[in-house]
Amino acid sequence: MAWVNAIIQGVLTGGLYALFACGLSLMFGVMKVVNLAHGDLAVVAGYVAVGIIAVTHVPVLWSFLIVVPIMAVAGYALQRTLIQSSLDRSVLTTLIVTFGLSVVIENALLQFFTANTRGIGANLGLVQDSFNLGSQIQIGQLLVVIFAVAVVVLLGLQYFLSASKYGRLIRASADDKEAAQLSGADYRHVFGIAAALAFGTVALAGIAYGMYSQLDPTAGTDTILLFAFAAVVIGGLGSLWGTLLGGIVLGVAQQIGAQINISYEVLAGYLVFLLVLVLRPEGITTRRAQS
Amino acid sequence: MSVVAEPSTRPSEGFRVTRSRRNVAWTGAGALIVVVVLAMFPFIVYSGTTTILVQAFIVLTLASMWNLLAGYAGLVSVGQQAFVGLGAYFVLILAINGISPFAALPVAAVGCGVVALPLWWLVSRLRSGYFAIATWVLAATIMLVIERFSSIGGGTGLPLPGLAGFSPNLLTAYTYWAGLAVTVVSMVAIYVLLRGRLGLVLTAVRDDEVAARSSGARVGLARLLVFVVAGAGCGAAGALLAISQLQVQPSAVFSVQWTAEMAFATIIGGLGTIEGPIVGTIVYMVLQQTLASYNAWYLIILGLVAMGVALFARRGLWGLVDEHVNLRLFPVGYYLRTPSGMGAPRPRVPSD
Repeated sequence: MAWVNAIIQGVLTGGLYALFACGLSLMFGVMKVVNLAHGDLAVVAGYVAVGIIAVTHVPVLWSFLIVVPIMAVAGYALQRTLIQSSLDRSVLTTLIVTFGLSVVIENALLQFFTANTRGIGANLGLVQDSFNLGSQIQIGQLLVVIFAVAVVVLLGLQYFLSASKYGRLIRASADDKEAAQLSGADYRHVFGIAAALAFGTVALAGIAYGMYSQLDPTAGTDTILLFAFAAVVIGGLGSLWGTLLGGIVLGVAQQIGAQINISYEVLAGYLVFLLVLVLRPEGITTRRAQS
Repeated sequence: MSVVAEPSTRPSEGFRVTRSRRNVAWTGAGALIVVVVLAMFPFIVYSGTTTILVQAFIVLTLASMWNLLAGYAGLVSVGQQAFVGLGAYFVLILAINGISPFAALPVAAVGCGVVALPLWWLVSRLRSGYFAIATWVLAATIMLVIERFSSIGGGTGLPLPGLAGFSPNLLTAYTYWAGLAVTVVSMVAIYVLLRGRLGLVLTAVRDDEVAARSSGARVGLARLLVFVVAGAGCGAAGALLAISQLQVQPSAVFSVQWTAEMAFATIIGGLGTIEGPIVGTIVYMVLQQTLASYNAWYLIILGLVAMGVALFARRGLWGLVDEHVNLRLFPVGYYLRTPSGMGAPRPRVPSD
């Protein structure tokens, strides 16, 4: 039964990893930007949530209503300035600039907020309670909620990209930005919208991580960016649903590793990632969904 | 327009392919004098100075290797700390088994070069940004694996044995000479490689990969060679780090901060030139020494400067010098000397 419990936990943490990954996937799919600062931006969103909750006393669960718009605006601004100007130069510049941003954010957080960990809503019933199925299986309520949020976000993104006007603009600009520009779509603005969407999901990821675990300045790269990337590669590049599946595979691998020996948790996840890289570099979902 | 021609091709009347727009024989002599003077430093300066210089040698070696990867081969690795850590651990393991850390240093470099082969097989499937994060994951994985072995210190690390027999002054001097040797060997190796066939292939790939491939350039092999050499170089720097710190701690030697430092120093100095990492290391050391008492600030400032340079002065500080006085101290390209004068300088910065 302990193994069944591990697998259930793994599947549910997969939802969290998919939430980490969908912003990364979206930025790459649309702008061809691999945002190395992705995880650090999620941590920034988490810190913003901590600050807002402390200052305004909004209920913890509703803090996302403030943090998501803030991050979306920040995403639009960052895309229109820093990221677009690096894209105009070269892929190499984009990597250097986002890597620089990652290092600067991480060290600035360390400098201003110390290395202390911070949790979000640690004394909330939702965070502490779990559904008990028998004596062996305990499912944290928070993980179920995060999984549901991840599915809703992925469904929403899927619907937005395939059915809405802006979704069509985003897909058109992703396919051929010059042609989209000729047809009257300002691709820079469209990329800004896509970045705003991606950063909105990054904000949710940061808050979810802060509730599930503890935020600290190094969590952005050590955990969020690398897990997100592993989920994206396992699930197949550029596929939103593949990302969810990739997150689940990563989560299950980690939980099974932890079941063998708690210190194997992270390592087991990476080993599965490397195995996928060796056996199926195109990911485990072959059908390529839209980017 | 770049002229990529073998010097052996039959020269037409009045045309000549040269390495540089001016004679650089004196550069070699100058470099030799600098190395000789640096080698005498333990006799003429305080040990505090040589200790700082060892740090500079580590950064310069790392930056030169990152420059080879990103500046010449277009491989943006964010996982070079894997080799820094492995180099340190090779020295630790050999020292535990009774081999002098100084003798272990070259073994560590070769060992890291060998380890780079299977790692390349893993990450070479991915391109640009995904390559960058994959190398990062690889470095994290290697650290997690090494932390599992309690005989080499597990998660906390171990002090480096085998150096207790040296007097403090002698140890400082030996460490300094080892550092100087690592840096000189690394830079000469890179210079020779880039002036040879490898440099030619990499230049061709940078200008047009498809054309290079269809002309029979062995692009994959060239990239593999660069990755192995960079692995060995970063491993040597890691071995030096272990000797200068007298201890090996996994979270310190496998820190992504190493890659941040080597990348920022290279970018600020000038990506894709031999001189760039030297200039960048000087900027790095000045900033680091000035801001030493302000914790992480030097890294924040270094990162911001590197981002600014990447956006607004893509050829870095050395690029600015080169633009204004047409100077390459260590030329690795070719120029066409026409009867009417010099051909146009070749374009530099790799586009991706």
